[in-house]
Amino acid sequence: MPVTAESRPVSTRGVIATPEGDPALASLFKAYTISATLWLLFATAVGLLLAFKFGAPDFWAAKCLTFGRLRPIHTNGTFYGFASIALVGAAYYVTARSCGTRLYSTKLAWIGLWLFNIAAVAGTIALDLGYNWGDLEYREWPWPIRVVFLAALLVTAWNLIATVARRSSEDIYLSNWYIVAGVLWTIVIATVGVLPWYQDGLGQVAISGYYMHNAVGMWFTPLALGLFYYSIPKVLNRPIYSYALGVLAFWTNLLFYPLLGGHHFLFSPLPWWLQTTAIVFSVAMLVPVWAGSANFLLTMRGRYHGRIESYPLAFLFVGVICYLVGSTQGTVEAFRSLQAIWHFTSFTVGHSHLTMYGFVAFAAWGAVYALLPLATGKNPGRLGMAVHFWLALVGVSIYVIALSIGGTVQGLDWVHKVPFIQSVVDMQPYYLWRGVGGILMFLSHIVFAWNVWRMTAGKPGDAASPIMDPSAGKEIVGKEVVA
Amino acid sequence: MKPMFAIFGGALAIYIVIVLLIAVGPAIDLSRTPAGPGVEPLTQLQSEGREVFAGNGCGYCHTQQVRPIPEDQVFGRPSAPGDFTWQTPELLGSERTGPDLTNIGNTKPSDVWQYIHLYDPRAVVPESIMPNFKFLFRVVDKAPPGETAVPVPAKFAPAHGVVVPTQKARALVAYLLSLKQTPIPEYSMNGGMGGMTSAPPSPPAPAASAPASSAATGGYSYDATKGQALFTANCSACHQTTGEGVPGAFPPLKGNAAVDDPDPALHIHTVLHGAHGVTIGGVKYTSAMPPFAGQLSDTDIADIINYERSSWGNHSKHVTPADVAAVRTSGK
Repeated sequence: MPVTAESRPVSTRGVIATPEGDPALASLFKAYTISATLWLLFATAVGLLLAFKFGAPDFWAAKCLTFGRLRPIHTNGTFYGFASIALVGAAYYVTARSCGTRLYSTKLAWIGLWLFNIAAVAGTIALDLGYNWGDLEYREWPWPIRVVFLAALLVTAWNLIATVARRSSEDIYLSNWYIVAGVLWTIVIATVGVLPWYQDGLGQVAISGYYMHNAVGMWFTPLALGLFYYSIPKVLNRPIYSYALGVLAFWTNLLFYPLLGGHHFLFSPLPWWLQTTAIVFSVAMLVPVWAGSANFLLTMRGRYHGRIESYPLAFLFVGVICYLVGSTQGTVEAFRSLQAIWHFTSFTVGHSHLTMYGFVAFAAWGAVYALLPLATGKNPGRLGMAVHFWLALVGVSIYVIALSIGGTVQGLDWVHKVPFIQSVVDMQPYYLWRGVGGILMFLSHIVFAWNVWRMTAGKPGDAASPIMDPSAGKEIVGKEVVA
Repeated sequence: MKPMFAIFGGALAIYIVIVLLIAVGPAIDLSRTPAGPGVEPLTQLQSEGREVFAGNGCGYCHTQQVRPIPEDQVFGRPSAPGDFTWQTPELLGSERTGPDLTNIGNTKPSDVWQYIHLYDPRAVVPESIMPNFKFLFRVVDKAPPGETAVPVPAKFAPAHGVVVPTQKARALVAYLLSLKQTPIPEYSMNGGMGGMTSAPPSPPAPAASAPASSAATGGYSYDATKGQALFTANCSACHQTTGEGVPGAFPPLKGNAAVDDPDPALHIHTVLHGAHGVTIGGVKYTSAMPPFAGQLSDTDIADIINYERSSWGNHSKHVTPADVAAVRTSGK
């Protein structure tokens, strides 16, 4: 069934040429992107405040602004407000286009958007008032609110599957494998996370380990990869390097990823077999990660000129590199010898930003810059994209490097058994640099919001069409095996 | 229809099977883990405190799991499955911006210390970056009948009035003080976990080595660096690095009669067995000092005592591990 790259007129089958071709889809894509952008601004402003509090713990220490309440507001806001809504909005567009059809139901998609937002707003308020389900990462919202989120997922799955069912060709393009399966898996994750019967004491620890990693790797990863498989060939105007490699990555990701959650609880009282299984499959994850990354990079082959031809492609490129580096780093962190140093330190916070920001956020931005202009017929400004790109890239680099070095210092302090408070003192310069990176990242989000405005309601900018000239860079490709 | 069913149905079915095997199945089993010896359910007040703890996100900076690796020894024995039976929602945590709290009820048993620390962490730990939890306290002109004011040092106290804990603060402190590991015989570092870690075996537990070290007193010489490190790790939270204590809450060691007494018996006894409700320099201290006999060897205690006897202007006779051993064997 897998189709080779040569025979696939990849992303463009059934594309309606003019942006006005499907105004309902365009409005939907716009609304999801604007909503996600607002969540991004809110949740990262909170993140910036949190970073500041590491140096000024008495700043805004009132009840509703205390660190421990704002921290889950930041993580849940970026996860379920920004990233989920941005990815789902782009996924609707990708699914409809790659299936060469209109969306099954625009109305259902709007209901989904409302449900996502109701859940995120209610969750934020509940956390700020001190109501949570425990300090259980990424599932802090009280359970009725997480049921609303689950309902949003069900609506989304129904709509996407029904859209794929009315596709204009026999085959299902790879993007839809990742997108639809990602939503289906997440329905399972959300259901498992909410049911109480097996979540007492240590039982809940097992579910926490499963949940916190699957919510990342079986939700954000497949959706972001689904967008890569459509956007990268689209902007390059050439087929994906290997369809078969994409299929391999899909099934291996499914078989390996769900088994590695226990690596969040190495050396914990969880059964030793559960921890060892997690380490083994953390290593096995190198197969889908390298297969997927190689596939994207080979699709981009011949386009590395040391100059940026297209900012949409630049965002997607950084996303792929961070997927590769961040996931490989995750494998390394799962080894017991290294986990003994890095676990519980700020190193893991650096890791989560390398993956959720470097990979997922850059993938979402790349897809928005690549696809939203096609839907609305409005380009952002080239300068705006450039400023967003460089601020975000330099910002996250400072952030991740500072916390990786700092986390290592922190871990070695503990190994050397110096008084604990020394590790707090030693982290101060790295917390400061984290804040510097955070400021740049936040500024880039303001520029992104401006760019979104120009792609939707405002006056279009001067950037060229996101679809690049396929003949450019041919001379370099010439020496390679051309698909 | 056919490829759809194969891809989406297959992916969903495989995922459900894996999730049942790796998450739900083990969780059903683990939810039935029986409580360890002496592990009791929380009282009403302590449960309420646990909700305050979770609701304010304390678990994001403080773990509650001790790993069977040497660096975690400072927090207690390795956590055992039976420790978590009554702990729902779980608070094992993922980050140690601040220290692990598994055993905080044993290592910081003073409610006064806990209240001051919550009101303003920097009043007792100058380098701390923990936020203050002043919103858990009230400032009143005079403590109402039946309530006790928190002896916040003047520098950190409000300009007018006294600080009294709210019900939430009392519950939180009751919860924190309930965090005490119960002893499990033969469950020391590495040994109890069946040598499952790849870490090298750690030194034997200090208390167990005490008789051996006291036997070898001939070789003892006071190590000032080690004395200072041990003091910082075990004593300075209350007595402060300045040795001046916290006025009204924790007694000073600088110029302290017991520290300056050439007869070290009371000094050694206090470190070994703790103290409660004592009057020092005319001030009565209500807060309790924990015993260190179970955690520190005779040599460690001698180093701490000698550090205290030669710092902050104190010049008093030094002690040897043999002196400590003598008080240790004479019992309480």
